[in-house]
Amino acid sequence: MKIAVCVKQVPEGTKRLDPATKRLDRSGEGALNPFDANAVEEGLRVKERSGDGEVVVLTMGPPAAADAIRKALAMGADRAVHVADDNIAGSDLLATSRVLAAALAREEPELVLFGQQSSDSDGAVLWAAVAERLERPVISQVAELTVDGRKVRGKRQTEYGYDVIEAPLPAVIAVSDAVNEPRYPSLKGIMGAKKKPQEHLSLGDLGLDAAQAGEGGSATTVLALSEPPPRGESRRIEGDGAVAEIVAFLEEKRLV
Amino acid sequence: MSVLVFLEHHGGQLEKGPLGVLTKAATLGDADLAGVLVGAGVRELASEAGKFGAAKVFVWDDQSLEAPLPQPRVDALAALVEQHSFQTILFAGSVLATDVAAGLAARLEAGLNWDLVDLVAQDGELVGKRPALQDTVYADVGWTSTPRLALFRSGAFDAAASGGGEPEVEEFSAEPRTFSTAATMVEQAHEESSGPALDEADVIVAGGRGLGAPEKFTLVEELAKALGGAVGATRAVVDAGWYPYAHQIGQTGKTVSPKLYVAVGISGAIQHKVGMQGSNVIVSINKDSNAPIFEYSDLAVVGDLHEIVPKLTELVRQKKGN
Repeated sequence: MKIAVCVKQVPEGTKRLDPATKRLDRSGEGALNPFDANAVEEGLRVKERSGDGEVVVLTMGPPAAADAIRKALAMGADRAVHVADDNIAGSDLLATSRVLAAALAREEPELVLFGQQSSDSDGAVLWAAVAERLERPVISQVAELTVDGRKVRGKRQTEYGYDVIEAPLPAVIAVSDAVNEPRYPSLKGIMGAKKKPQEHLSLGDLGLDAAQAGEGGSATTVLALSEPPPRGESRRIEGDGAVAEIVAFLEEKRLV
Repeated sequence: MSVLVFLEHHGGQLEKGPLGVLTKAATLGDADLAGVLVGAGVRELASEAGKFGAAKVFVWDDQSLEAPLPQPRVDALAALVEQHSFQTILFAGSVLATDVAAGLAARLEAGLNWDLVDLVAQDGELVGKRPALQDTVYADVGWTSTPRLALFRSGAFDAAASGGGEPEVEEFSAEPRTFSTAATMVEQAHEESSGPALDEADVIVAGGRGLGAPEKFTLVEELAKALGGAVGATRAVVDAGWYPYAHQIGQTGKTVSPKLYVAVGISGAIQHKVGMQGSNVIVSINKDSNAPIFEYSDLAVVGDLHEIVPKLTELVRQKKGN
Protein backbone atom coordinates (compact mmCIF):
# COMPACT_ATOMS: atom_id res chain seq x y z
CA MET A 1 0.00 0.00 0.00
CA LYS A 2 1.20 3.47 -0.80
CA ILE A 3 0.86 5.84 2.15
CA ALA A 4 1.47 9.57 1.93
CA VAL A 5 2.08 11.54 5.12
CA CYS A 6 1.75 15.31 4.91
CA VAL A 7 4.16 17.06 7.25
CA LYS A 8 5.03 20.61 8.11
CA GLN A 9 8.11 22.28 9.41
CA VAL A 10 7.44 24.61 12.32
CA PRO A 11 9.78 27.06 14.05
CA GLU A 12 11.44 25.72 17.17
CA GLY A 13 11.17 27.45 20.53
CA THR A 14 9.36 30.74 20.95
CA LYS A 15 7.40 31.65 17.85
CA ARG A 16 6.87 35.20 16.66
CA LEU A 17 5.06 36.96 13.87
CA ASP A 18 7.05 39.22 11.61
CA PRO A 19 5.45 42.67 12.04
CA ALA A 20 6.30 43.61 8.44
CA THR A 21 4.78 40.63 6.62
CA LYS A 22 2.41 39.66 9.47
CA ARG A 23 3.50 36.10 8.77
CA LEU A 24 5.14 33.64 11.08
CA ASP A 25 8.87 34.29 11.34
CA ARG A 26 10.40 31.12 9.93
CA SER A 27 13.98 32.37 9.87
CA GLY A 28 15.17 30.48 12.98
CA GLU A 29 15.67 26.80 13.68
CA GLY A 30 12.87 24.55 12.53
CA ALA A 31 11.63 21.10 13.38
CA LEU A 32 9.00 18.59 12.36
CA ASN A 33 5.59 19.69 13.67
CA PRO A 34 5.27 17.40 16.72
CA PHE A 35 1.72 16.38 15.78
CA ASP A 36 3.00 15.23 12.39
CA ALA A 37 5.39 12.80 14.08
CA ASN A 38 2.27 10.86 15.11
CA ALA A 39 1.14 10.75 11.49
CA VAL A 40 4.55 9.54 10.29
CA GLU A 41 4.58 6.90 13.02
CA GLU A 42 1.09 5.72 12.09
CA GLY A 43 2.07 5.51 8.43
CA LEU A 44 5.08 3.38 9.34
CA ARG A 45 2.93 1.11 11.52
CA VAL A 46 0.35 0.60 8.78
CA LYS A 47 3.13 -0.33 6.40
CA GLU A 48 4.81 -2.64 8.92
CA ARG A 49 1.55 -4.40 9.74
CA SER A 50 0.70 -4.97 6.10
CA GLY A 51 4.19 -6.28 5.40
CA ASP A 52 4.81 -4.20 2.32
CA GLY A 53 4.20 -0.80 0.87
CA GLU A 54 5.77 2.59 0.80
CA VAL A 55 5.59 5.66 3.06
CA VAL A 56 6.11 8.93 1.23
CA VAL A 57 6.44 12.16 3.20
CA LEU A 58 5.14 15.26 1.53
CA THR A 59 5.78 18.80 2.59
CA MET A 60 5.44 22.26 1.18
CA GLY A 61 7.51 25.10 2.46
CA PRO A 62 10.81 26.92 2.22
CA PRO A 63 14.07 25.01 1.60
CA ALA A 64 14.59 24.90 5.39
CA ALA A 65 11.65 22.50 5.61
CA ALA A 66 14.27 19.87 4.85
CA ASP A 67 14.68 19.43 8.64
CA ALA A 68 11.16 18.08 8.93
CA ILE A 69 11.71 15.78 5.97
CA ARG A 70 14.99 14.48 7.38
CA LYS A 71 13.33 13.61 10.68
CA ALA A 72 10.50 11.75 8.94
CA LEU A 73 12.96 9.85 6.75
CA ALA A 74 15.11 9.04 9.80
CA MET A 75 12.03 7.61 11.51
CA GLY A 76 11.67 5.26 8.57
CA ALA A 77 9.74 6.88 5.73
CA ASP A 78 10.93 5.66 2.34
CA ARG A 79 11.17 8.86 0.36
CA ALA A 80 10.17 12.51 0.36
CA VAL A 81 8.49 15.00 -1.91
CA HIS A 82 9.16 18.66 -1.13
CA VAL A 83 7.17 21.36 -2.88
CA ALA A 84 9.39 24.42 -2.62
CA ASP A 85 8.65 27.48 -4.65
CA ASP A 86 9.22 31.19 -4.10
CA ASN A 87 5.55 31.77 -4.77
CA ILE A 88 4.09 29.63 -2.00
CA ALA A 89 4.95 31.85 0.98
CA GLY A 90 1.83 33.36 2.51
CA SER A 91 -0.47 30.58 1.33
CA ASP A 92 -3.67 30.29 3.35
CA LEU A 93 -5.88 27.22 3.71
CA LEU A 94 -7.20 27.46 0.15
CA ALA A 95 -3.80 27.86 -1.48
CA THR A 96 -2.09 25.28 0.74
CA SER A 97 -4.78 22.66 0.17
CA ARG A 98 -4.62 23.34 -3.58
CA VAL A 99 -0.87 22.74 -3.74
CA LEU A 100 -0.93 19.69 -1.48
CA ALA A 101 -3.85 18.15 -3.35
CA ALA A 102 -1.98 18.62 -6.64
CA ALA A 103 1.11 16.92 -5.21
CA LEU A 104 -1.00 14.09 -3.75
CA ALA A 105 -2.89 13.59 -7.00
CA ARG A 106 0.47 13.02 -8.67
CA GLU A 107 1.39 10.32 -6.14
CA GLU A 108 -2.02 8.63 -5.98
CA PRO A 109 -1.58 7.14 -2.50
CA GLU A 110 -4.26 4.86 -1.09
CA LEU A 111 -3.94 6.39 2.35
CA VAL A 112 -3.19 10.04 3.11
CA LEU A 113 -2.27 10.84 6.71
CA PHE A 114 -2.17 14.17 8.53
CA GLY A 115 -1.33 15.09 12.13
CA GLN A 116 -4.11 16.61 14.21
CA GLN A 117 -2.98 20.23 13.93
CA SER A 118 0.04 22.37 13.33
CA SER A 119 1.72 23.67 16.45
CA ASP A 120 2.35 27.09 14.89
CA SER A 121 -0.98 28.05 13.32
CA ASP A 122 -3.16 25.87 15.58
CA GLY A 123 -4.94 24.96 12.39
CA ALA A 124 -6.97 21.79 12.25
CA VAL A 125 -8.55 22.41 8.90
CA LEU A 126 -6.19 21.28 6.17
CA TRP A 127 -7.15 17.63 5.79
CA ALA A 128 -10.84 18.25 5.21
CA ALA A 129 -9.98 20.78 2.50
CA VAL A 130 -7.48 18.40 0.88
CA ALA A 131 -9.97 15.50 1.04
CA GLU A 132 -12.55 17.72 -0.66
CA ARG A 133 -10.15 18.60 -3.46
CA LEU A 134 -9.13 14.96 -3.92
CA GLU A 135 -12.78 13.90 -3.68
CA ARG A 136 -12.02 11.33 -1.03
CA PRO A 137 -13.67 10.42 2.26
CA VAL A 138 -12.13 11.94 5.37
CA ILE A 139 -11.98 10.85 9.01
CA SER A 140 -10.48 13.30 11.48
CA GLN A 141 -9.19 13.17 15.08
CA VAL A 142 -8.53 9.43 14.79
CA ALA A 143 -7.19 7.94 18.03
CA GLU A 144 -7.25 4.33 16.82
CA LEU A 145 -6.72 3.38 13.21
CA THR A 146 -7.19 0.02 11.55
CA VAL A 147 -6.62 -0.65 7.90
CA ASP A 148 -8.34 -3.78 6.72
CA GLY A 149 -7.98 -4.68 3.08
CA ARG A 150 -9.81 -1.99 1.17
CA LYS A 151 -11.26 -0.28 4.21
CA VAL A 152 -10.04 2.02 6.92
CA ARG A 153 -11.68 2.35 10.30
CA GLY A 154 -11.08 5.12 12.79
CA LYS A 155 -12.15 5.56 16.39
CA ARG A 156 -12.23 9.20 17.27
CA GLN A 157 -13.28 11.51 20.03
CA THR A 158 -16.00 14.11 19.64
CA GLU A 159 -17.80 16.34 22.11
CA TYR A 160 -20.06 13.45 23.03
CA GLY A 161 -17.75 10.46 23.37
CA TYR A 162 -16.23 8.15 20.80
CA ASP A 163 -17.35 7.54 17.23
CA VAL A 164 -16.23 4.70 15.03
CA ILE A 165 -16.21 5.64 11.35
CA GLU A 166 -15.39 3.48 8.38
CA ALA A 167 -14.40 4.52 4.88
CA PRO A 168 -13.24 2.77 1.72
CA LEU A 169 -9.73 3.43 0.45
CA PRO A 170 -8.42 5.70 -0.90
CA ALA A 171 -9.11 7.95 2.07
CA VAL A 172 -7.71 10.91 3.99
CA ILE A 173 -7.14 10.42 7.72
CA ALA A 174 -6.07 12.91 10.36
CA VAL A 175 -4.74 11.22 13.49
CA SER A 176 -4.82 12.62 17.01
CA ASP A 177 -1.66 12.70 19.10
CA ALA A 178 -3.09 9.90 21.20
CA VAL A 179 -2.94 7.45 18.30
CA ASN A 180 0.61 6.31 19.08
CA GLU A 181 3.93 7.19 20.67
CA PRO A 182 6.24 8.23 17.84
CA ARG A 183 9.54 6.33 17.71
CA TYR A 184 12.86 8.08 18.03
CA PRO A 185 14.99 7.82 14.93
CA SER A 186 17.79 5.28 15.41
CA LEU A 187 21.37 6.19 14.55
CA LYS A 188 21.07 3.88 11.57
CA GLY A 189 17.88 5.64 10.56
CA ILE A 190 19.51 9.04 10.81
CA MET A 191 22.49 7.94 8.72
CA GLY A 192 20.28 6.17 6.20
CA ALA A 193 17.97 9.17 5.80
CA LYS A 194 20.59 11.03 3.80
CA LYS A 195 20.58 8.40 1.10
CA LYS A 196 16.81 8.22 0.68
CA PRO A 197 15.29 9.78 -2.41
CA GLN A 198 14.09 13.38 -2.08
CA GLU A 199 12.23 15.01 -4.89
CA HIS A 200 11.92 18.78 -5.18
CA LEU A 201 8.94 20.14 -7.05
CA SER A 202 7.98 23.62 -8.15
CA LEU A 203 4.43 24.86 -8.70
CA GLY A 204 5.04 24.42 -12.41
CA ASP A 205 5.90 20.76 -11.90
CA LEU A 206 2.43 20.37 -10.36
CA GLY A 207 0.72 22.15 -13.22
CA LEU A 208 -0.04 25.17 -11.05
CA ASP A 209 0.80 28.76 -11.79
CA ALA A 210 2.11 31.31 -9.33
CA ALA A 211 -1.29 32.97 -8.90
CA GLN A 212 -2.78 29.75 -7.52
CA ALA A 213 -0.50 29.77 -4.48
CA GLY A 214 0.86 32.29 -2.00
CA GLU A 215 -1.10 35.43 -1.31
CA GLY A 216 -2.50 35.52 -4.83
CA GLY A 217 -4.05 32.10 -4.41
CA SER A 218 -5.43 32.90 -0.98
CA ALA A 219 -8.75 34.42 0.03
CA THR A 220 -7.92 35.48 3.59
CA THR A 221 -5.57 38.12 4.84
CA VAL A 222 -4.01 39.33 8.07
CA LEU A 223 -4.84 43.02 8.50
CA ALA A 224 -3.17 43.94 11.77
CA LEU A 225 -1.49 42.49 14.83
CA SER A 226 -2.07 43.61 18.39
CA GLU A 227 -1.26 42.72 21.97
CA PRO A 228 -3.68 40.31 23.61
CA PRO A 229 -5.99 41.73 26.27
CA PRO A 230 -4.11 41.87 29.58
CA ARG A 231 -4.71 39.15 32.10
CA GLY A 232 -4.63 39.59 35.85
CA GLU A 233 -1.36 39.38 37.69
CA SER A 234 0.40 36.08 37.53
CA ARG A 235 2.89 34.84 40.08
CA ARG A 236 5.63 32.37 39.26
CA ILE A 237 7.43 30.24 41.78
CA GLU A 238 9.97 27.43 41.68
CA GLY A 239 12.38 25.63 43.95
CA ASP A 240 12.22 24.06 47.39
CA GLY A 241 9.74 26.34 49.07
CA ALA A 242 7.13 25.86 46.36
CA VAL A 243 4.74 23.68 48.35
CA ALA A 244 4.53 26.09 51.28
CA GLU A 245 4.09 28.99 48.86
CA ILE A 246 1.22 27.23 47.06
CA VAL A 247 -0.59 26.69 50.35
CA ALA A 248 0.06 30.29 51.41
CA PHE A 249 -1.37 31.44 48.08
CA LEU A 250 -4.48 29.27 48.51
CA GLU A 251 -4.96 30.59 52.03
CA GLU A 252 -4.63 34.15 50.83
CA LYS A 253 -7.37 33.43 48.26
CA ARG A 254 -9.40 31.67 50.96
CA LEU A 255 -9.40 28.45 49.00
CA VAL A 256 -8.23 26.17 51.81
CA MET B 1 -25.02 41.00 2.93
CA SER B 2 -26.66 37.83 4.03
CA VAL B 3 -25.40 35.58 6.78
CA LEU B 4 -25.86 31.83 7.22
CA VAL B 5 -25.09 30.07 10.50
CA PHE B 6 -24.44 26.32 10.63
CA LEU B 7 -26.72 25.01 13.38
CA GLU B 8 -25.49 21.91 15.10
CA HIS B 9 -27.69 19.71 17.21
CA HIS B 10 -27.32 16.76 19.53
CA GLY B 11 -29.79 14.68 21.49
CA GLY B 12 -32.81 16.53 20.10
CA GLN B 13 -31.51 20.00 20.99
CA LEU B 14 -29.69 22.78 19.23
CA GLU B 15 -26.15 23.20 20.50
CA LYS B 16 -25.32 26.33 22.49
CA GLY B 17 -22.22 27.12 20.42
CA PRO B 18 -24.02 27.90 17.15
CA LEU B 19 -26.81 29.68 19.07
CA GLY B 20 -24.08 31.89 20.51
CA VAL B 21 -22.85 32.57 16.99
CA LEU B 22 -26.43 33.41 15.93
CA THR B 23 -26.66 35.78 18.90
CA LYS B 24 -23.45 37.45 17.78
CA ALA B 25 -24.49 37.60 14.12
CA ALA B 26 -27.76 39.27 15.11
CA THR B 27 -25.76 42.17 16.58
CA LEU B 28 -24.04 42.81 13.25
CA GLY B 29 -27.22 44.47 12.10
CA ASP B 30 -28.23 42.08 9.36
CA ALA B 31 -31.93 41.52 8.79
CA ASP B 32 -31.14 38.63 6.49
CA LEU B 33 -29.88 36.22 9.13
CA ALA B 34 -30.48 32.57 8.44
CA GLY B 35 -29.59 29.23 9.96
CA VAL B 36 -29.16 25.84 8.37
CA LEU B 37 -30.13 22.57 10.03
CA VAL B 38 -29.13 19.24 8.54
CA GLY B 39 -29.92 15.87 10.10
CA ALA B 40 -32.63 13.33 10.86
CA GLY B 41 -35.67 14.50 12.82
CA VAL B 42 -34.44 18.07 13.02
CA ARG B 43 -37.43 19.89 11.52
CA GLU B 44 -38.94 20.72 14.90
CA LEU B 45 -35.71 22.27 16.21
CA ALA B 46 -35.89 25.11 13.68
CA SER B 47 -38.22 27.37 15.67
CA GLU B 48 -35.75 27.50 18.59
CA ALA B 49 -33.25 29.27 16.31
CA GLY B 50 -35.75 32.11 15.84
CA LYS B 51 -35.40 33.11 19.46
CA PHE B 52 -31.70 33.73 18.87
CA GLY B 53 -32.20 35.92 15.85
CA ALA B 54 -32.62 33.66 12.82
CA ALA B 55 -35.26 35.12 10.48
CA LYS B 56 -35.17 32.00 8.39
CA VAL B 57 -34.04 28.41 8.88
CA PHE B 58 -33.18 26.10 6.02
CA VAL B 59 -33.90 22.51 6.93
CA TRP B 60 -32.78 19.30 5.29
CA ASP B 61 -34.37 16.57 7.34
CA ASP B 62 -33.55 13.10 6.11
CA GLN B 63 -32.85 9.74 7.72
CA SER B 64 -29.70 9.38 5.62
CA LEU B 65 -28.25 12.40 7.43
CA GLU B 66 -28.56 10.99 10.92
CA ALA B 67 -24.84 10.36 11.43
CA PRO B 68 -23.00 13.62 12.11
CA LEU B 69 -20.52 13.18 9.26
CA PRO B 70 -19.06 16.28 7.63
CA GLN B 71 -19.01 15.58 3.92
CA PRO B 72 -22.78 15.30 3.26
CA ARG B 73 -23.09 18.62 5.10
CA VAL B 74 -20.59 20.19 2.73
CA ASP B 75 -22.90 19.13 -0.11
CA ALA B 76 -25.85 20.64 1.73
CA LEU B 77 -24.24 23.98 2.46
CA ALA B 78 -22.69 24.26 -1.00
CA ALA B 79 -26.13 23.80 -2.56
CA LEU B 80 -27.66 26.45 -0.29
CA VAL B 81 -24.92 28.96 -0.96
CA GLU B 82 -25.32 28.40 -4.67
CA GLN B 83 -29.07 29.00 -4.54
CA HIS B 84 -29.11 31.92 -2.14
CA SER B 85 -25.69 33.58 -2.59
CA PHE B 86 -24.88 33.93 1.09
CA GLN B 87 -22.05 36.37 1.64
CA THR B 88 -20.99 35.09 5.05
CA ILE B 89 -21.15 31.60 6.53
CA LEU B 90 -20.46 31.19 10.23
CA PHE B 91 -19.54 28.09 12.22
CA ALA B 92 -19.18 27.49 15.95
CA GLY B 93 -16.05 25.45 16.57
CA SER B 94 -16.64 21.72 17.03
CA VAL B 95 -15.21 18.50 15.65
CA LEU B 96 -17.98 18.36 13.03
CA ALA B 97 -18.12 22.06 12.16
CA THR B 98 -14.36 22.26 11.64
CA ASP B 99 -14.44 19.56 8.98
CA VAL B 100 -17.57 21.01 7.36
CA ALA B 101 -16.11 24.53 7.23
CA ALA B 102 -12.78 23.40 5.76
CA GLY B 103 -14.43 21.14 3.19
CA LEU B 104 -16.85 23.89 2.19
CA ALA B 105 -13.98 26.39 1.82
CA ALA B 106 -12.31 24.10 -0.71
CA ARG B 107 -15.60 23.33 -2.51
CA LEU B 108 -16.52 27.00 -2.90
CA GLU B 109 -12.94 28.32 -3.20
CA ALA B 110 -13.91 30.57 -0.32
CA GLY B 111 -11.62 31.97 2.35
CA LEU B 112 -11.87 30.47 5.82
CA ASN B 113 -10.59 32.18 8.96
CA TRP B 114 -10.60 29.90 11.99
CA ASP B 115 -10.25 30.02 15.76
CA LEU B 116 -11.88 33.46 15.81
CA VAL B 117 -13.05 34.90 19.12
CA ASP B 118 -14.90 37.88 17.65
CA LEU B 119 -16.24 39.35 14.46
CA VAL B 120 -16.80 43.08 13.94
CA ALA B 121 -17.98 45.32 11.13
CA GLN B 122 -15.26 47.84 10.36
CA ASP B 123 -15.73 50.41 7.57
CA GLY B 124 -18.34 48.16 6.00
CA GLU B 125 -16.03 45.15 6.03
CA LEU B 126 -16.11 42.19 8.37
CA VAL B 127 -12.99 41.74 10.44
CA GLY B 128 -12.27 38.64 12.54
CA LYS B 129 -10.27 38.62 15.74
CA ARG B 130 -7.96 35.68 16.06
CA PRO B 131 -5.65 34.93 18.97
CA ALA B 132 -2.47 33.34 17.62
CA LEU B 133 0.69 31.69 18.91
CA GLN B 134 -0.87 30.35 22.11
CA ASP B 135 -2.88 33.56 22.47
CA THR B 136 0.25 35.72 22.81
CA VAL B 137 -0.77 37.92 19.90
CA TYR B 138 -4.10 38.93 18.38
CA ALA B 139 -4.51 39.13 14.63
CA ASP B 140 -7.19 41.07 12.79
CA VAL B 141 -8.07 38.91 9.82
CA GLY B 142 -10.13 39.61 6.75
CA TRP B 143 -11.36 38.08 3.53
CA THR B 144 -10.42 39.09 -0.01
CA SER B 145 -13.40 37.44 -1.66
CA THR B 146 -16.89 36.18 -0.94
CA PRO B 147 -18.40 34.14 0.46
CA ARG B 148 -16.47 34.56 3.69
CA LEU B 149 -16.28 31.57 5.98
CA ALA B 150 -15.59 32.00 9.68
CA LEU B 151 -15.07 29.30 12.30
CA PHE B 152 -15.25 30.56 15.86
CA ARG B 153 -13.42 29.20 18.85
CA SER B 154 -15.60 26.97 20.98
CA GLY B 155 -17.49 29.05 23.55
CA ALA B 156 -16.64 32.39 21.88
CA PHE B 157 -20.14 33.80 22.42
CA ASP B 158 -22.91 33.24 24.94
CA ALA B 159 -26.26 32.28 23.51
CA ALA B 160 -28.85 34.88 24.48
CA ALA B 161 -32.44 34.77 23.29
CA SER B 162 -33.19 38.10 21.65
CA GLY B 163 -36.93 37.76 21.64
CA GLY B 164 -37.15 36.93 17.97
CA GLY B 165 -40.27 35.26 16.70
CA GLU B 166 -41.02 32.13 14.76
CA PRO B 167 -38.56 31.87 11.87
CA GLU B 168 -39.60 31.11 8.32
CA VAL B 169 -38.71 27.50 7.61
CA GLU B 170 -37.68 26.39 4.15
CA GLU B 171 -36.98 22.78 3.38
CA PHE B 172 -34.23 21.98 0.93
CA SER B 173 -32.14 19.07 -0.22
CA ALA B 174 -28.98 18.54 -2.22
CA GLU B 175 -27.55 15.90 -4.47
CA PRO B 176 -24.89 14.08 -2.44
CA ARG B 177 -21.53 13.58 -4.13
CA THR B 178 -20.34 9.99 -4.31
CA PHE B 179 -17.27 10.55 -2.17
CA SER B 180 -19.29 12.52 0.37
CA THR B 181 -21.30 9.49 1.34
CA ALA B 182 -18.41 6.99 1.25
CA ALA B 183 -17.62 7.27 4.96
CA THR B 184 -20.11 5.62 7.29
CA MET B 185 -20.71 5.75 11.02
CA VAL B 186 -20.24 2.28 12.46
CA GLU B 187 -20.76 3.27 16.07
CA GLN B 188 -21.95 6.67 17.16
CA ALA B 189 -20.85 8.34 20.37
CA HIS B 190 -23.43 8.28 23.09
CA GLU B 191 -23.61 10.47 26.12
CA GLU B 192 -21.75 9.18 29.15
CA SER B 193 -24.57 8.99 31.66
CA SER B 194 -22.60 8.64 34.85
CA GLY B 195 -19.75 10.90 35.70
CA PRO B 196 -18.50 13.40 38.18
CA ALA B 197 -20.46 16.61 38.64
CA LEU B 198 -17.58 18.62 37.22
CA ASP B 199 -19.83 21.54 36.29
CA GLU B 200 -20.79 22.11 39.91
CA ALA B 201 -17.46 21.46 41.62
CA ASP B 202 -15.87 24.42 43.44
CA VAL B 203 -12.46 22.86 43.12
CA ILE B 204 -11.10 20.81 40.24
CA VAL B 205 -7.72 19.15 40.12
CA ALA B 206 -6.91 18.03 36.60
CA GLY B 207 -4.11 15.86 35.29
CA GLY B 208 -2.36 15.76 31.95
CA ARG B 209 0.30 13.84 30.16
CA GLY B 210 3.00 15.31 32.42
CA LEU B 211 1.92 12.72 34.99
CA GLY B 212 3.93 10.25 32.96
CA ALA B 213 1.81 7.15 33.55
CA PRO B 214 -1.86 6.29 34.13
CA GLU B 215 -1.28 5.06 37.68
CA LYS B 216 0.07 8.50 38.59
CA PHE B 217 -3.49 9.80 38.45
CA THR B 218 -3.71 8.78 42.10
CA LEU B 219 -1.61 11.89 42.82
CA VAL B 220 -4.35 13.99 41.24
CA GLU B 221 -7.12 12.07 42.98
CA GLU B 222 -5.55 12.47 46.38
CA LEU B 223 -4.97 16.18 45.99
CA ALA B 224 -8.56 16.56 44.77
CA LYS B 225 -9.80 14.65 47.80
CA ALA B 226 -7.71 16.79 50.18
CA LEU B 227 -9.09 19.96 48.59
CA GLY B 228 -12.63 18.58 48.50
CA GLY B 229 -12.74 18.78 44.72
CA ALA B 230 -13.39 16.76 41.60
CA VAL B 231 -10.90 15.20 39.19
CA GLY B 232 -10.47 16.42 35.63
CA ALA B 233 -8.35 15.17 32.73
CA THR B 234 -7.04 16.42 29.41
CA ARG B 235 -8.00 15.05 26.02
CA ALA B 236 -4.52 13.59 25.56
CA VAL B 237 -4.73 11.35 28.64
CA VAL B 238 -8.36 10.43 28.00
CA ASP B 239 -7.55 9.47 24.41
CA ALA B 240 -4.60 7.46 25.70
CA GLY B 241 -6.96 5.55 28.00
CA TRP B 242 -5.47 6.82 31.28
CA TYR B 243 -8.73 8.27 32.56
CA PRO B 244 -12.42 8.06 31.61
CA TYR B 245 -13.89 10.44 29.07
CA ALA B 246 -16.50 11.66 31.55
CA HIS B 247 -13.71 13.56 33.33
CA GLN B 248 -12.41 15.34 30.27
CA ILE B 249 -12.16 19.11 30.28
CA GLY B 250 -11.65 21.06 27.08
CA GLN B 251 -13.14 21.75 23.70
CA THR B 252 -14.19 18.13 23.32
CA GLY B 253 -15.22 17.61 26.89
CA LYS B 254 -16.67 19.68 29.67
CA THR B 255 -16.38 23.43 30.10
CA VAL B 256 -15.88 24.30 33.74
CA SER B 257 -15.45 27.42 35.84
CA PRO B 258 -14.67 26.40 39.42
CA LYS B 259 -13.34 28.70 42.13
CA LEU B 260 -10.03 26.86 42.01
CA TYR B 261 -8.51 24.93 39.13
CA VAL B 262 -5.29 23.07 39.76
CA ALA B 263 -3.59 21.87 36.56
CA VAL B 264 -1.09 19.09 37.18
CA GLY B 265 1.26 18.19 34.34
CA ILE B 266 -0.91 19.96 31.78
CA SER B 267 0.82 21.94 29.03
CA GLY B 268 -2.32 23.96 28.32
CA ALA B 269 -3.06 23.64 24.64
CA ILE B 270 -5.93 25.78 23.30
CA GLN B 271 -8.15 22.70 23.26
CA HIS B 272 -7.78 22.49 27.05
CA LYS B 273 -7.77 26.24 27.68
CA VAL B 274 -11.22 26.83 26.22
CA GLY B 275 -12.66 24.36 28.71
CA MET B 276 -11.26 25.94 31.88
CA GLN B 277 -10.19 29.53 31.28
CA GLY B 278 -13.30 30.77 33.09
CA SER B 279 -11.98 29.37 36.38
CA ASN B 280 -11.65 31.92 39.13
CA VAL B 281 -8.15 31.00 40.26
CA ILE B 282 -5.81 28.83 38.21
CA VAL B 283 -2.78 27.15 39.76
CA SER B 284 -0.59 25.10 37.45
CA ILE B 285 2.30 22.78 38.19
CA ASN B 286 4.57 21.87 35.31
CA LYS B 287 8.25 21.18 34.93
CA ASP B 288 8.43 22.95 31.56
CA SER B 289 8.89 26.64 32.32
CA ASN B 290 7.64 27.47 28.81
CA ALA B 291 4.35 25.57 29.19
CA PRO B 292 1.57 27.67 27.61
CA ILE B 293 -0.64 27.12 30.64
CA PHE B 294 1.62 29.42 32.67
CA GLU B 295 0.48 32.27 30.41
CA TYR B 296 -2.98 32.11 31.93
CA SER B 297 -2.27 30.85 35.44
CA ASP B 298 -2.62 32.97 38.57
CA LEU B 299 0.06 30.89 40.20
CA ALA B 300 2.63 29.17 37.99
CA VAL B 301 4.64 26.53 39.78
CA VAL B 302 7.69 25.39 37.83
CA GLY B 303 8.83 22.05 39.20
CA ASP B 304 8.50 18.30 39.37
CA LEU B 305 4.89 17.42 40.06
CA HIS B 306 5.91 14.02 41.41
CA GLU B 307 7.69 15.75 44.27
CA ILE B 308 5.40 18.70 44.73
CA VAL B 309 1.94 17.14 44.57
CA PRO B 310 2.30 14.52 47.36
CA LYS B 311 3.79 17.16 49.68
CA LEU B 312 1.09 19.62 48.73
CA THR B 313 -1.61 17.03 49.44
CA GLU B 314 -0.09 16.35 52.83
CA LEU B 315 0.16 20.03 53.74
CA VAL B 316 -3.42 20.73 52.61
CA ARG B 317 -4.61 17.81 54.75
CA GLN B 318 -2.79 19.23 57.76
CA LYS B 319 -4.28 22.70 57.22
CA LYS B 320 -7.77 21.28 56.80
CA GLY B 321 -7.29 19.18 59.91
CA ASN B 322 -6.71 22.29 61.98
